[in-house]
Amino acid sequence: MTEDWVVVADDLVKTYKMGEMEVNALQGASVKIGRGEVVSIMGPSGSGKSTMMNIIGCLDRPTSGSYMLDGELVANMTDDQLASVRNRKVGFVFQSFNLLSRQTALFNVELPLRYAGQVENRRQRAADALISVGLGDRMTHRPTELSGGQQQRVAIARAIVNEPAIIMADEPTGNLDSKVGKEIMSLLLDLNKQRGTTLIIVTHDPKIAEQTQRVIRLSDGVVEDDGMTKGGAQ
Amino acid sequence: MNLSQAILEALESLSSNKMRSGLTVLGIVIGVAAVIAMLAVGTGAQDSITGSISGIGTNLLFVFRGAPDDSVQNSKPLTMQDAAAIADPFAAPSVQMVAPVIEGGFLIAAAGEQVNTSVSGVTPDFFPLRNFVIAEGEPITEEHLLGRASVAVIGPELADSLFGRHDGIVGEDLTINGQPFRVIGVWEAKGGGMFGSEDNRALIPFTTAQTRLIQRRTRDQVDMLLVEVVDSESVPQAVDEVSSILRTRHRTDVGADDFTVFSQQDFLQTAATITSVLTIFLGGIAAISLLVGGIGIMNIMLVSVTERTKEIGLRKALGARKRDILIQFLTESSLLSLFGGIIGIGFGWLIAFIVERVALASGTPFYPRIGIDAVLLATIFSAAVGLFFGIYPANRAANLEPVEALRYE
Ligand SMILES: Nc1ncnc2c1ncn2[C@@H]1O[C@H](COP(=O)(O)OP(=O)(O)OP(=O)(O)O)[C@@H](O)[C@H]1O
Ligand SMILES: [Mg+2]
Repeated sequence: MTEDWVVVADDLVKTYKMGEMEVNALQGASVKIGRGEVVSIMGPSGSGKSTMMNIIGCLDRPTSGSYMLDGELVANMTDDQLASVRNRKVGFVFQSFNLLSRQTALFNVELPLRYAGQVENRRQRAADALISVGLGDRMTHRPTELSGGQQQRVAIARAIVNEPAIIMADEPTGNLDSKVGKEIMSLLLDLNKQRGTTLIIVTHDPKIAEQTQRVIRLSDGVVEDDGMTKGGAQ
Repeated sequence: MNLSQAILEALESLSSNKMRSGLTVLGIVIGVAAVIAMLAVGTGAQDSITGSISGIGTNLLFVFRGAPDDSVQNSKPLTMQDAAAIADPFAAPSVQMVAPVIEGGFLIAAAGEQVNTSVSGVTPDFFPLRNFVIAEGEPITEEHLLGRASVAVIGPELADSLFGRHDGIVGEDLTINGQPFRVIGVWEAKGGGMFGSEDNRALIPFTTAQTRLIQRRTRDQVDMLLVEVVDSESVPQAVDEVSSILRTRHRTDVGADDFTVFSQQDFLQTAATITSVLTIFLGGIAAISLLVGGIGIMNIMLVSVTERTKEIGLRKALGARKRDILIQFLTESSLLSLFGGIIGIGFGWLIAFIVERVALASGTPFYPRIGIDAVLLATIFSAAVGLFFGIYPANRAANLEPVEALRYE
């Protein structure tokens, strides 16, 4: 099978030291995700989902194990190199939106472009991203002037503006009511269809997992189960 | 991120908490204003003192009785013969002119007014030597000396206090220590110096003072010799010549001079040392308040870093490098202190201006001077304070782990 892998993680171990105690958040998890896939990660609380997301999103390094993101070996990179990889290849969508509350939607979306050193067309690209999440008429609003769903749309625009290889969403609908959550999910799925961006979603909600093509189940820091959903198998 | 963006963002961030930013800036404002005002007052004092010393006359030596440190007992007084010997162009080629002075404090009365002031017996050479310019009337002449005339040349300030005016006084009568004198001249105001006004004295013929007012043990004793040197380069040589003449005449041992030769350069040097110590002292105290302002900046930046931990985590997640975060916070702290510096310079200038006005109103012409060097110093120093005290908080922000920072609530 000549798959085009975006995420190749092998035997990931993450150990947190808390004084004398050691917590093994991941103990040998391996996962491969192909380009354009829509994957959900599930598992009970404390099973290591967020830890795995952080490593896949290059926010954190594994204690051991190897990880390659879109062809780049991440394990031995410096902090600044990791920052650059995050900037170019990863878009984050957080449960709590994480927008700069004093700044306009446009500024928030521009931020990754600023850190990329992008000067030309920056405003235009940010505006295009906002239009593509349906917020063309809210560009100069500040987060406090937007509803939760709209704020999450701004966050999604920010995640896609640098045209990353993967979008990481840790419980993206966790702070939204079910109707708005559905809208956000369908927006993410649409973006995947249109742009082919790999989408990785951490969720507790089986209804959301159903909408993805593949579910990775974690338990106690290892991959317990990895399989196609009904939708994905078709 | 380029610099102008960083500055814009920092401005937005600072203006989002105006009260806090304002109070932080205030710390720096006070520090910089204090530095500027203190340096201005210090250099103003320096100018005023050196100005008044220079006003005494150029190339001047003062010769007094007694060793500089009072270590020699039984010193011989200076005499008219000493003056004559120093005036000898063969013995002392560097000396241009010698003027003996005999001095005392007396009660002067005229037209119902009384003033206690200094009266000096002088020779005609005194006037050119000390740059006393006659405004009306005439100076003391050889005839006055020979005739021991009861005449006086007085300063304009003294004239004001005795007669309520300082022109049209020639010919008026006054008494010195109860003895009648006639005013023959008034000199042009020399202005006040740090040593008090020169314009409040009276000058009378040397011989008159000697015989009728100021009794000294020997007849030809003088209090001070004023020596004019041919040019300023020859001052050290003139000091040597005067010293060796007096040593021979007083038969003193080497290193046991019973007289003191003081040059105007000595005065200037002493004054310069004192005033620069004063300036440094004042500036140092002011600098401490600037330091306190800097600690205020550090404090606020630390609070700000803690408050914005989550924001820092987010920025890092979006691709901010250490350097980006560092620049962001350093820009904020530098802007705070730079604003403080600029406002502080304005305030310092205002304080110096008020000091000048108050000094003028109380009759002391005193001009605090704000040099471009002081302004530069304050600007650079305040920016440096912002950078220095910003580095620790900014570093702390830059070194936050993104995951930890994002988790922070
Ligand atoms: N910074 C840390 N220091 C110490 N232990 C940690 C740290 N982060 C996570 N852990 C531990 O690692 C384990 C996995 O945590 P993780 O956040 O990945 O779980 P999760 O699957 O995302 O849980 P949830 O569904 O509640 O979000 C937990 O036992 C947690 O206590
Ligand atoms: Mg989690």
